[in-house]
Amino acid sequence: MQQFNITMNDRLLAGRSGQTILDVALANGIEIPNLCHDSRLKPTGSCRLCLVDVQGQRAPVTACSFQVQDGMVVETDTPDLRSLRKTVLRLLFYEHRGSCTTCDDNGECRLQQYAYDYQLNTDVLDRPPLPSVPNYTSGNEAIDYDPNKCIRCGRCIRICEEVQMDSALTFRERANQVEVSTAFGMPLNESTCELCGQCISTCPTGSLYERAAKERGQCKDLVRTTTTCPYCGVGCQIDLNVNHRTNQIVRVTSRVGCVPNDGNLCVKGRFGMDFVSSSKRLTTPLVKQNGTFEPATWNQAIELIAQKISETKSKYGADAIAGLSSAKCTNEDNYIFQKLFRAVIGTNNVDHCARLCHASTVAGLARAFGSGAMTNTIDELREAECIFVIGSNTTEAHPVIGLAIKDAVVNRGAKLIVADPRSIDLVRFAHLHMTQQPGTDVALINAMMHVIFSENLHDKDFITERTECFEDIRAVIQSYTPQQAESVTTVSADQIAEAARIFAEAKTASIVYSMGITQHTTGTDNVLSLANLAMLTGNVGKESTGVNPLRGQNNVQGACDLGALPNVYPGYQSVEDEAVREKFEKAWASTLSPDKGLTIIEMLHAIETDDIRALYIMGENPALSDPNLTRSRKALEKVDFLVVQDIFMTETAEYADVVLPSTCFAEKEGTFTNTERRVQLVRKAVDAPGQAQGDWQAICQVAAKMGSPMQYENAAQIMDEIASVSPIYGGMAFDRLDPVGLQWPCPDRDHPGTKYLHRGKFSRGKGKFHPVQFIPADEQTNDEYPLILTTGRQLYQFHTGTMTRKSAVIDQVSPTGYVEIHPGNAKRLSISDGDSVEVATRRGRVTTMAKVSDIIEEGWIFMPFHFAEGPANMLTTDALDPIAKIPEFKVCAAKITPGQ
Amino acid sequence: MTVLELLGSMGKVTPGDLIPILQEVQNQYGYLPQGVLLEISEHTIIPASRIYGVATFYEQFHLEPRGKHIIKCCRGTACHVRGGSTLIKDIKNELGIDEGETTEDLQFTFETVACLGTCALAPVMMVDDKYYGKMDAKKVKTLIAELRSAVKETA
Repeated sequence: MQQFNITMNDRLLAGRSGQTILDVALANGIEIPNLCHDSRLKPTGSCRLCLVDVQGQRAPVTACSFQVQDGMVVETDTPDLRSLRKTVLRLLFYEHRGSCTTCDDNGECRLQQYAYDYQLNTDVLDRPPLPSVPNYTSGNEAIDYDPNKCIRCGRCIRICEEVQMDSALTFRERANQVEVSTAFGMPLNESTCELCGQCISTCPTGSLYERAAKERGQCKDLVRTTTTCPYCGVGCQIDLNVNHRTNQIVRVTSRVGCVPNDGNLCVKGRFGMDFVSSSKRLTTPLVKQNGTFEPATWNQAIELIAQKISETKSKYGADAIAGLSSAKCTNEDNYIFQKLFRAVIGTNNVDHCARLCHASTVAGLARAFGSGAMTNTIDELREAECIFVIGSNTTEAHPVIGLAIKDAVVNRGAKLIVADPRSIDLVRFAHLHMTQQPGTDVALINAMMHVIFSENLHDKDFITERTECFEDIRAVIQSYTPQQAESVTTVSADQIAEAARIFAEAKTASIVYSMGITQHTTGTDNVLSLANLAMLTGNVGKESTGVNPLRGQNNVQGACDLGALPNVYPGYQSVEDEAVREKFEKAWASTLSPDKGLTIIEMLHAIETDDIRALYIMGENPALSDPNLTRSRKALEKVDFLVVQDIFMTETAEYADVVLPSTCFAEKEGTFTNTERRVQLVRKAVDAPGQAQGDWQAICQVAAKMGSPMQYENAAQIMDEIASVSPIYGGMAFDRLDPVGLQWPCPDRDHPGTKYLHRGKFSRGKGKFHPVQFIPADEQTNDEYPLILTTGRQLYQFHTGTMTRKSAVIDQVSPTGYVEIHPGNAKRLSISDGDSVEVATRRGRVTTMAKVSDIIEEGWIFMPFHFAEGPANMLTTDALDPIAKIPEFKVCAAKITPGQ
Repeated sequence: MTVLELLGSMGKVTPGDLIPILQEVQNQYGYLPQGVLLEISEHTIIPASRIYGVATFYEQFHLEPRGKHIIKCCRGTACHVRGGSTLIKDIKNELGIDEGETTEDLQFTFETVACLGTCALAPVMMVDDKYYGKMDAKKVKTLIAELRSAVKETA
């Protein structure tokens, strides 16, 4: 990259090759008006507003598309240029009709700003709008397009094509007839649109706007609070735009340039915040009396909780009490929750939903590498030569990471290998798609390693210098020929060999995986296999490589980091390690249990045997999220005393004896840790409804009532305590987290955080190969249950739908659950698309809608698990991975029958 | 001819061949049916939105069905002074449709154009690629009746 000297308005500035004049100007605080520019898009120079003079050029050039050169002399603000721009603005205003006074974008609109800056004559302003005619957004709950305000800059079309790669939009007609449209003007929800709202985010005027935000406050009156999105683990930075007169979030925006999402959001982040001000929020503590909930004061509720827990403890011992912490809550909430259980109650019975998603990652990667987290950083994916996505429907479950993968493939020539039983959207971009039968990943990965080893493509230096126990796996991988794997996985031997070669021959290869790998009885084995593959090819400890589990919940990484797990204290320090325990006993001034606690499913099973008598659940919904629901719900019903602390009356809260109303992410201060180990700030934007209280504040009250007060002024103080006991968080402090956060490990205040793990040395010293044999899934098909049922997520909904199903936008596009079935199977069963069908397994049956589609292979069916009215988890099995205790959500045997 | 056969007949197509593809579709179907374009999008990976954008940009492409015969009438100056506007009215009456429309039986589409370049024959009209000059109400009636009966014969 060449460094250039540029003179701009008599200032000497530094630039580099590839930058445009506008890039250099903006980086140096020099304003050049522009309307069609967005740094996420390729420049087009179409609005002609950024004209500048460059010495040696005969006419002014567009700063947004003209690249800088060494010694360039630029003038950006001469009387001639101003006059030119004024003319351009006047012409633009001939396309724009409407009045700023009644426009929602007032205060945010760039056209308005320049009209003021250039003092346009009023003859072109405020021209009456043309009568509205139906267009592609009519009737859409999410997006409203008003052609009257459109200046035809094309940014919406370009972002849909270049960044989102959905290509839902186009210009139609020509000359003065030009308008933005979908193909054939079809309604948005019937087009390829994914409702990400990126078009709104880039629109320089109020032409594209959130329909629901209209007339709820003009931009000039909205207060923006930057915080972290509460949905998946990507950790997108969002700006909640709040109208303080109504205490409501009017719209969600995001700043271009923010980390890790660069202003990009998905449908959930942009349109999924209705839940915050939902009338169904819990506003007062509730105590169940004779089977019905009665409102109670906080004091009464806390007293009851403290009394019941103390009673249970003295009668049955501390280990008769268990707690489910929450991957939706902040790091500080999780820290305090596990501290209540360990230091006040005296048990390690604390777990959370990571058990159901990435317990096998934590177990597997800790064994292989010494640290159970995403090794690399999201942004590094863009520069990888090969990306191997296995068991991750990235564009739906982690949409903004999906953007990085698509960017790598389309714009930077990366080769993408997708291994997934379904033809997920990423397949459009893949060089190779392997449709392995659910539950056969070990065979597939071992066979890939077989090819790599037998063709001598492995990284011998890396294996010798950085790893150990390679000899242990040699015999194992040699026994998995691609031909044998073909008979197990249904993937052709040629495809397996090709995937192996692409992966091994790339200079940098990243593995991306998610629940398709982890939610198996062989989850830990699957993870170990991927670790083997990465080490075999030397793809760990370098930029743009690594083993990258994508975490599902906004703060599931943090909840694990902060010790909401039954075997470790904050910072993955073992509860069985005496020295560690002594450290925590001293820090918490308490005697701690030396025994590992129970995991989620074990807790529920222990209720059946009366070993658990009281359960405290903070922000989790096991009555919908856990496998084999009939059994889980029975346990919730049976337990003597159940406390649920949540923002809604969830399916789980219905079973509770005491329900505490808590604050949601938009009402609290704290931190989340995203999937790339980045600790990010969560800031309060609106006031909590009714008497709802923060989660850690409520827990502290319980602790105080139990005679062991925990006192903190604020979340920052809790983080200081976390830093003092957890070395990987040693340098974390609120004053260091703005604006981009810090990636752990960050051992001290001077440490800049860690972009990628295992550089030069693995956390455990040497990377360890583990021989892994293929073991079939726990449940196999038979004559009665001939189909393999696999479950997962879809783009629009999140988890048990507690939050997303409050959104009108999402409800319009994803109103109910379904089961995907291959046309071949459907035909034999006389099932048509849209039919009501019954899906049954050995554990239960649900009625849902058939979606006949070749997205899934013959013999396999798929159900999303978000929907309470046809809960997939009535069907799933609670067979567990022996090491990580994660249930096998991804494979069970099922049958389908046409409904009545 | 199916969409796949049509694409196959064009050899190897890339997204850059969109305009020739659309021309071929229009040759085959007389216009650009939405269903066919969506199928083209699926097979060529050209986004449907782009196909639609291009199809609506160019005058030569039509998204609505067109008549078997395209009748164009000149509204240039020379024709006008020789009763061109009456001729337009006569044609409309005879066909029972307005400018830019197609008869229900899909036999005729009627359009007006700025000039047909044969002012010596004013007032002039065209049916498909044939010129008819010095027209009047009677001639129009005969011409259209002939076209109609030819249509019946072939049917």
